Order: sequence, then structure tokens, then C-alpha cells
Amino acid sequence: MNPPEAPLLAVRNLHTRFHTLDGVVNAVDGVDFEVYPGETLGLVGESGCGKSVTAFSILQLLRCPPAEIQGQVEFEGVDLLGLDKEAVRRIRGGGISMIFQEPMTSLNPVLKIGEQIAEGVRVHKKMTHRQSRRWAVEMLRMVRISSPGSRARQYPHKFSGGMRQRAMIAMALSCRPRLILADEPTTALDVTIQAQVMELMQELKKEFNTAIVLITHDLGVIAEMASRVVVMYAGKIVEEAPVREIFKDPRHPYTRGLLGSIPVIGRKAETGRRLQEIPGVVPSPMEAPPGCRFHPRCSEALALCSTQPPPVIRLTDNRCVRCWLEAGDNEKKTSDFV
Amino acid sequence: MTDASTESPRMTQPAATASRFRRQWAKLKRNKAALVGGVLILVFVLTALLAPVLYRGNPSAPNLMKSLEPPSLENPLGTDELGRSILGRIIYGARVSLLIAVGVIAVGIILGIPLGLISGYYGGKVDFIIQRITDAMLAFPGFLLALALVAVLGIGLKNTMISIGISMVPIYIRLVRGCVLSVREEIYVEAARAVGTRDAVILIRHILPNVMVPITVQTTLGMGTAILFAAGLGFLGIGVQPPTPEWGAMLGSARNYLFHAPHVATFPGIAIFLAVLSFNLFGDGLRDALDPRFKL
Repeated sequence: MNPPEAPLLAVRNLHTRFHTLDGVVNAVDGVDFEVYPGETLGLVGESGCGKSVTAFSILQLLRCPPAEIQGQVEFEGVDLLGLDKEAVRRIRGGGISMIFQEPMTSLNPVLKIGEQIAEGVRVHKKMTHRQSRRWAVEMLRMVRISSPGSRARQYPHKFSGGMRQRAMIAMALSCRPRLILADEPTTALDVTIQAQVMELMQELKKEFNTAIVLITHDLGVIAEMASRVVVMYAGKIVEEAPVREIFKDPRHPYTRGLLGSIPVIGRKAETGRRLQEIPGVVPSPMEAPPGCRFHPRCSEALALCSTQPPPVIRLTDNRCVRCWLEAGDNEKKTSDFV
Repeated sequence: MTDASTESPRMTQPAATASRFRRQWAKLKRNKAALVGGVLILVFVLTALLAPVLYRGNPSAPNLMKSLEPPSLENPLGTDELGRSILGRIIYGARVSLLIAVGVIAVGIILGIPLGLISGYYGGKVDFIIQRITDAMLAFPGFLLALALVAVLGIGLKNTMISIGISMVPIYIRLVRGCVLSVREEIYVEAARAVGTRDAVILIRHILPNVMVPITVQTTLGMGTAILFAAGLGFLGIGVQPPTPEWGAMLGSARNYLFHAPHVATFPGIAIFLAVLSFNLFGDGLRDALDPRFKL
């Protein structure tokens, strides 16, 4: 399924630690994934499992110290973590840009919308003030904001939440980046606006062949948008699969839990089944349990799970899972069931 | 200030900003003390600007025949020991005081704001070094610091401005740094960084405007302090030098005649008192009006 071309972004063994007064927090603990040109990769997990920190680490937007980022982040073959600050700054916005979770607070209240969009363009495209302002108006038109000319001269408080998120998208797309990191772009919006923003992102993605890393805990959004999914739990990737397969046949108990906890309208009435939940919460990264980090919450945990961290099991070309259930007696299982 | 109902019938775009400004202005107007302060500042500034119109003589030319005269029709506030009109010297003294206040604030802002921005935004070692220097400067009372700086730089108008200005720098650094610490965590600053904006641009375009309100208030209050410090240095004879009319120096030379010609000390004293009071009242009112936490 994956195109044979070289990945646009390859994250290899990414570790992000925070040195705090209470100790070292391993927020991202050895994450590997790839993003290919033009695809949408979903990055899923509960709150606090390291999704956002992964995105911030890629663009090095974390304050170091207290943060410490290790590993490799190869963008178009260049390791971003090895670049100097100036080179990273040129990548931000120009090659990779980011859409934030909170449209209400991610625009500066004292700067006109048009100015905020124009700023990024001026940085990367060497435009004059006048050109960049005209460009900003064009970008607003592109994200379907009506009368973009006068809207560009307004301050953010005149914009509704959905419009602000569109303005953020305009800002993120203004320099035609090859990759967008979308950190819960629709979480703060109401459902109808969510659908509009999703649709807009899909269209723009097609138009400019931009790859998207979509970070969310909303599996509905993933089903709509993503082609591949990476599931994270407590700083580690636990499952990676094409989107169809993950919905049809989730292999990791955590993924099954996530899918089981989506309410389906009418299901209870039909089957009498209660909505499932995953008991407990994501462990604090400072007191990660030994062995598999999910085992205290896992209903299928083996004795082995509490002592040995599970290996990554490659199931097919484009699927892998980090779980003991798939390992060891893997052959037996597959021969039994297939 | 126009009536609130004169707003255009259609809610056009500048309405929100305009109405916020209007609300703040209304709040300021309702504060009687601030209003008095504002009027006094206006009088002070106009006096300084129109000094040659208000007093047609030379305030520095001595006339020993008329020394230490009490208030009369010819000299409404009397004369000093060299027979110079006290009214004239107070009017021209307003110029000197205003000049000093503006100069001091300029020094404070030019050094204090950039250092505060850098200290707050970058943190780490830079912040540590700037903050320890600030600590050291704040350990001295402001006036003592200005006094010590005059001892190093020498006396005179320019050095008075520079030394008082430097004594204000740590106050600006602290103020700006504190604001930057909270603003730099805002997501829009993160968002600006995520599109590759340079640090200098982020500091000036994204962070500085969000710090302007406290700076404005501090500047107003600081003008009062600057006038008081300048008068203090003048009084001690190490500020602005005679024959330039300066309120503090007038007070200083008048103390020798305090018992048989009290008016010579009284009127410059009142001038200093009113000037400082006006800036303090107005500054306090401005703070209440601009701070969104104080809702009337």
C-alpha cells in the first residue's frame, strides 16, 4: 500500500525527556514512523500519551532545557535534529508547518489576521509587505472566508472559532509546506464546523499534495481523513497499520479498547451491549510500569507482560504491533485461525 | 469625548476596539483623583511649553535691589535671595523638570525594555545574569543609586537624566520580564515560531504589544519619581546647576532663609509636590482603567 518512494519525514528512535524538579519525564520514548509525500498519517492516543510532544519535537518547538530531544528526524533526507537554529527556523513554516489545537488562543489578539498570515510568507518567500498582504488575502479566500479583503484587516476577536481555525490553516499553508503537523485541529470546534474544516483540509491536501500528520484522539476524524494510523500509548507506538485494517482488525488490546469505546448510535438497543471503557488512566511517564506499559489496564495481559517489555512484531509489510499476544506463540495463533 | 449613543447604527469593524477604548476612557473619567491628576499634568506640560509666553523676563538675571521680597503685585510669589522672580523661576523650572522626566524615562525604556524582553524570552544563563545585576541594583534605594551614579558621572543636567534613568532601568527590566514570562507561553507565540518567524520579530511584534499596558502605567508613575529624584539631587546641589532654574535647587538655596523669607522655599516645594502628585494620581487611575481585572 505504501508508495515505494522515499519517505518525506522519517522519525527514528525519537526520545523526548523533560528534566523537571521531580525527576526525568520520558514523554516520548523511542518513537519510529514515516510519512510519505501526500499521505495523511493519523497519530492516535489518549490524552497525555505523547502525541503533541512528538509533533513539537519534530519542529523543535520545545524549550531545551528542560526538554531534551534525541534520535533522528529526517525531513527530505536531512536530519533536523542535527541542524543549527537558523536552518531549523527556515524549515518551520517553509517545509513543515503546524496547526494548533486551540484556535481561540493561537492567534495574537493584538495583530490583524492578514498581518499574521503575511508574516510567515515574508519570512520564507522574500515578498515585500504589499505582496505579502495581498498573498494573505488570497490565502483567506482559499480557506473559504468570505470578503477576505476586509477580513484580513480585522483582529482575531472578530472571528468565530471556526473562522480562526481556517485562518490558522491559511497561516500554516501560506508557504506551501510539504508537511503539516495538525495537532488536534478540530477538537475545540463544534461538530458541523469540524466537518467543514476536515473537508477543507482534505481539499487543500489534494490541491497542493501536502502530507499531513493528524494528531487526534477522535477516531471518527481518523476514519475520515487518514490513510495510515499510528497508535501511541505512554510515549511508545503500540500499533501501526493502514486505516481500514485498524478498524477491521485491531491487534493491540489498547487499540481494541479505543475502538470499543466509541459509541455507535443504536447499538445498545440492538445488542444490549454496554459501551466499553479502558479502566484506569495513562500512567504518569515518571512511574511507567515495568514490562508492557499497558499491562495494568489490559484485560488480556499474560504473566510475561508485567516483566518483559514487548517487542515490535511485524505482521505484514505495513503493519506492526508491540504486544506479547502476537509474539512467541505467533505461529501457533496464525496457524490456528487462518 | 462623544456620547456613547453616537456610534454608527451598523456595527462596523473598529467598534470593538473603539468601545474598549471608550470603556477605559469612561472608567478613567469616573475616577476623580485621576482626572485631577490629568488636569494638573496638562497645566504642568502647558506651563513648560509656554514658559516664554507666561513669563517675559529672564528668570536667571539677578536683581539684588529686590532680594527676598515677599509676594507683591509685581512679583506674585516674591523674589529669591538674588532678587529673581520666584514665579518666573518656577515657570521655567517646569521646563527643566519636564525635560528631566522625559529624558529619564527615555533612558529607562531604551535600556530596560530590550533587556527585560531578552531576559524573559530567552531565560537560562542570559536571564540569570541580567536578573542578578537587576537584583544588585534594586538592593539600593532608587535615590541612593542615582546619587552614587552622579558621583561617578559628575553633576549637570545630562548626567542627572542619565543617572536617574539608569536607576529606573531595573524596574523596567523586572516589569517587562514578568509580563514576557506569561506572554511567551501563549500559543500564538508558539504558532509564530512554528511558521519560522525570527525571534526579534516575535519579540517586537507579538510580545511587546502585549506588554504595553504595564509599561504605560509604569512610565506615568516613573515621571513623578523622576521629578522627585531630580529635585532631590538639585536640593543637594549635585543636580542641575545654577543659574538654571530648577525646583530642587531653588529649594536648596532657600533653606538658608527659611525663617525670615519662608515663601522662597514654600512655592518651589508646592510646585514639586503638585507635579509629583499629578503623575501619581494619573498613573494610579490609568492602571485601574487599563487593568481588565478592575471592572467598574
